Amino acid sequence: MIMTMAKTPRLHLVDRVNPVSRLAAAMLLTTPLLLTVDWVSAAVALGIQLVLFAIAGVTPKVLVSRGWPILIAAPIAGLSMLLYGQPEGTEYWSFWLARITDGSIELAVAVTVRVLAIGLPAVLLFMNVDPTELADGLAQVAKLPSRFVLGALAGARLVGLFMEDWRAMALSRRARGIGDHGVIRRFATMAFALLVLAIRRGSKLATAMEARGFGSDHPRTWARESRVGWPDAALLCIAAGIAVLAIGCAVWAGTYHAVWA
Amino acid sequence: MEARGWGWRHAGRRRSALDGIDLVISPGERVLLLGPSGSGKSTLLHALAGVHGGAEEGEETGSLLIDGEWPGSVRGRASLVLQDPDSQVILARVGDDVAFGCENLGVPRDEIWRRVRRALDEVGLDLPLDHPTSMLSGGQKQRLALAGALAMGPGLLLLDEPTANLDPAGVDEVRQSVARTLDRTGATFVVVEHRVDVWIDLVTRVVVLGRDGRVIADGEPQHVISTQRDALLAAGVWVPGVRATVPTARPAPAASVVDLEGIDLAIGRRSDVVVRSGLSLALPRAASTVLTGPNGAGKSTLALTMGGLLPPLSGRVRASEGLADGLKADPIRWRSRELLTRIGTVFQEPEHQFVASTVQRELEVAPRALGLDAATTARRTHEVLERLGLDRLAEANPFTLSGGEQRRLTVGCALVAQPRVVVLDEPTFGQDRLTWIELVTLLRALVDDGTTLLSVSHDAAYLDALGDRHLDLGSDALRMEAAA
Amino acid sequence: MHTAASEISSPSAPRKPRDLRWRVVDIVVASVIGVATGLLFLFWNNVGYAWFSAADALTPGLGGIAVGIWLIGGVLGGLIIRKPGAALFVELLAAIVSALVGNQWGIETIYSGVMQGLGAELVFAIFAYRRFGLLTAMLAGAAAGAAAWTLELFTSGNLAKSAEFLGLYFTTVVISGAVLAGLLGWLIVRGLAATGALNRFAAGQDVAQRV
Ligand SMILES: Nc1ncnc2c1ncn2[C@@H]1O[C@H](COP(=O)(O)OP(=O)(O)OP(=O)(O)O)[C@@H](O)[C@H]1O
Ligand SMILES: Nc1ncnc2c1ncn2[C@@H]1O[C@H](COP(=O)(O)OP(=O)(O)OP(=O)(O)O)[C@@H](O)[C@H]1O
Ligand SMILES: [Mg+2]
Ligand SMILES: [Mg+2]
Repeated sequence: MIMTMAKTPRLHLVDRVNPVSRLAAAMLLTTPLLLTVDWVSAAVALGIQLVLFAIAGVTPKVLVSRGWPILIAAPIAGLSMLLYGQPEGTEYWSFWLARITDGSIELAVAVTVRVLAIGLPAVLLFMNVDPTELADGLAQVAKLPSRFVLGALAGARLVGLFMEDWRAMALSRRARGIGDHGVIRRFATMAFALLVLAIRRGSKLATAMEARGFGSDHPRTWARESRVGWPDAALLCIAAGIAVLAIGCAVWAGTYHAVWA
Repeated sequence: MEARGWGWRHAGRRRSALDGIDLVISPGERVLLLGPSGSGKSTLLHALAGVHGGAEEGEETGSLLIDGEWPGSVRGRASLVLQDPDSQVILARVGDDVAFGCENLGVPRDEIWRRVRRALDEVGLDLPLDHPTSMLSGGQKQRLALAGALAMGPGLLLLDEPTANLDPAGVDEVRQSVARTLDRTGATFVVVEHRVDVWIDLVTRVVVLGRDGRVIADGEPQHVISTQRDALLAAGVWVPGVRATVPTARPAPAASVVDLEGIDLAIGRRSDVVVRSGLSLALPRAASTVLTGPNGAGKSTLALTMGGLLPPLSGRVRASEGLADGLKADPIRWRSRELLTRIGTVFQEPEHQFVASTVQRELEVAPRALGLDAATTARRTHEVLERLGLDRLAEANPFTLSGGEQRRLTVGCALVAQPRVVVLDEPTFGQDRLTWIELVTLLRALVDDGTTLLSVSHDAAYLDALGDRHLDLGSDALRMEAAA
Repeated sequence: MHTAASEISSPSAPRKPRDLRWRVVDIVVASVIGVATGLLFLFWNNVGYAWFSAADALTPGLGGIAVGIWLIGGVLGGLIIRKPGAALFVELLAAIVSALVGNQWGIETIYSGVMQGLGAELVFAIFAYRRFGLLTAMLAGAAAGAAAWTLELFTSGNLAKSAEFLGLYFTTVVISGAVLAGLLGWLIVRGLAATGALNRFAAGQDVAQRV
């Protein structure tokens, strides 16, 4: 999974932004949208996002190949709201607890667009982030404890090797005479064996890290500097701007619908 | 460093790995630590580096102090290269991995990159800094780990069998770069190695652990070796100048049947990266072929391809009719169970191969897959356990074994199926002299009984004993063999 | 741990009952489990979500039955690492992986991870990080479910749904949490311990025999 990221197309402009700022931008942009269920704010945000991502080089092909889970999930989420959303206005159809009403139709549209507006930024902004750079950023810029960040990075690398390990393990199981199982049984046993292998290697890796002085109280330096600068500020401003604009439009259009209301 | 009656018992083990160790090493001393496989050498190095962890991982007796302090609290003053190079790759890129130790020590950034380049240079790892660490051969990983330790410029340098996976040129390179580093920094140095001759000129002291985890000899190298010769030999130490008494290789008869043949092979781990091409080789029946060559030359890849595990990228691997025994000629098309009695392969990295939770059950995997009855299974596993000196560890978890024990277990796992062709990748890695002799004698007997053997090895003594035929992947010899 | 009464040996500090600080191996292994759980989520985001939606289309709120798998990180972390914050760390890391590789909930997943992790963490904390049996596991799973339900009131706009839906959904989520996260998580940990992979952890040493 992590290995294949290197092959994805890079985002122009955004690729100079620190991964941590990208994370912050995605939060800044989508968190306000989480607090309202209305189609105006979601549609405004989604529209601006699509234009900006297109400028940054996201082609429809990339959009579909990276964003397909979201594209599928959005209408499904809408359907649930259509059937069980708070009934309001004219009722068109009902069956037991399911009721399609004016209110639920509006909610369904809102939720569908909202899923897209909330899901896409995270995926697209992180399309080409290298885990090592993210860890550098989290420790140096976000000042998270380095023991945890680097421990997590090392652990994540082991899982990132799953593809390689899978191949190597398939070879060794074949050599050991236990490579003939059916597809499902084989998948299940290998998946469990992979987890076991990763944990075992994690235990040893922890020793190797300590053997190189990791985990002492000594202050640490960083070979790769993780920097933030004006591109980061710009991205954060854009993200905040979109959120404000989207919510503003919804309030202005009178559709703003806080989730707790 | 100072040990007083120190001992350690691993959690989950009844016996202590080490017991009653009294040892004082003063700053600047250079120590070679010897002892049989499983005697606790690695355990002692771990303790010196302070990576043993607390009460959750074992039980400590006596005291062991570094500069008067508990080793765990001065971690970083020592840098340790673990025995298994495969498990100590920490980060995803070569440069970052070497830099990791320096970062932990708080070395300034510019200085880190200077040291990284110098260390990579010194261990002869000639790769770009952003080369992915997942694509290194066994020997390259070992060089990488060494570079990481050397770059730290530690006060105490601890190396656990640092040359076990290296080609002869690499061994030289590593010894010289360690010597340079020691001369420059005046660091204290402890190295574990079964081959005494590699380090004997560099060290000022030899410490020998016995089979029961106690110190049995300690002193100035030449003195220990001349006065304690028999004790050392009994403890499985490779005493310089004493050859192992095993049968030597005998050239294979020219006209023998070829069991397995590679024809104009292109090999690689993945279909898009060709490691070598145009290779042709033949393995004569009931003879032992040894494959040598520099690190990263593609020996392991070739072994896996011949073993019917990796498909050749082009060309063909063909089994003789006798070996195929009714199946198609290409081993890669055999089923896993069919492969088991025909070609047994032992990988370079032990860890990938273990599938069971005890040594005993690990050995039973193949007999089970073959559907052998309980009595035969018991007889075969018992025999292998005994011959490889693992009987005491039958109920231990394979992952907790010492490096040499793991290696013997993987060899045993292939042998219990009694395959007709055996492919071994670095079989003698990490063996003391006694287990080495046992292993080589065992393999020689197999070959004499008609087994065809292909081994990958950097070990010159192994080549002398089992190199009925010698193929060098570093030269063009393999290509020529096709022409001839 | 074993009760090694035979030798009271270490002359150093008196042995504390249990050290609740994180060792490096705790961090690395927790991360391995977290990222692996994240991969499981990526799989479940499709399969489980299909089930979720199908069940929801039939009967309101029954989709909650599928939710448990998304809560398993907290249970695994708590049971294996046995230290404060482990449940939260593992569940959160899994959520981050799921969000960044790409799923339908985007950044919201991370907030869910925090809430669900806290839910499980709360139960382990109530037991003072001393009990790690089946009961604790199932309670932790159920609590994670309750926490997820609470968060979704806001983030999924569920407050706009009818009371019947919410009642049913709560019940199914909590049951699913107890079974698919709690029971399943407990079984997985037992399986892992049996392979010896957890030898460096108290969770693994409980089952190991000395050899
Ligand atoms: N993590 C562990 N858990 C339990 N037992 C262990 C562990 N590591 C090592 N042992 C056992 O402790 C003993 C000493 O092991 P150690 O690795 O120190 O041997 P060694 O002298 O380095 O041997 P080799 O030359 O084969 O590497 C062995 O019997 C081994 O099986
Ligand atoms: N898993 C892998 N994926 C991709 N490339 C690999 C992998 N393992 C090794 N390689 C590359 O393939 C080449 C051949 O590797 P191989 O392991 O066959 O070398 P080797 O001759 O066995 O070396 P050594 O003596 O160091 O074990 C090397 O250049 C290495 O970088
Ligand atoms: Mg060892
Ligand atoms: Mg090799």
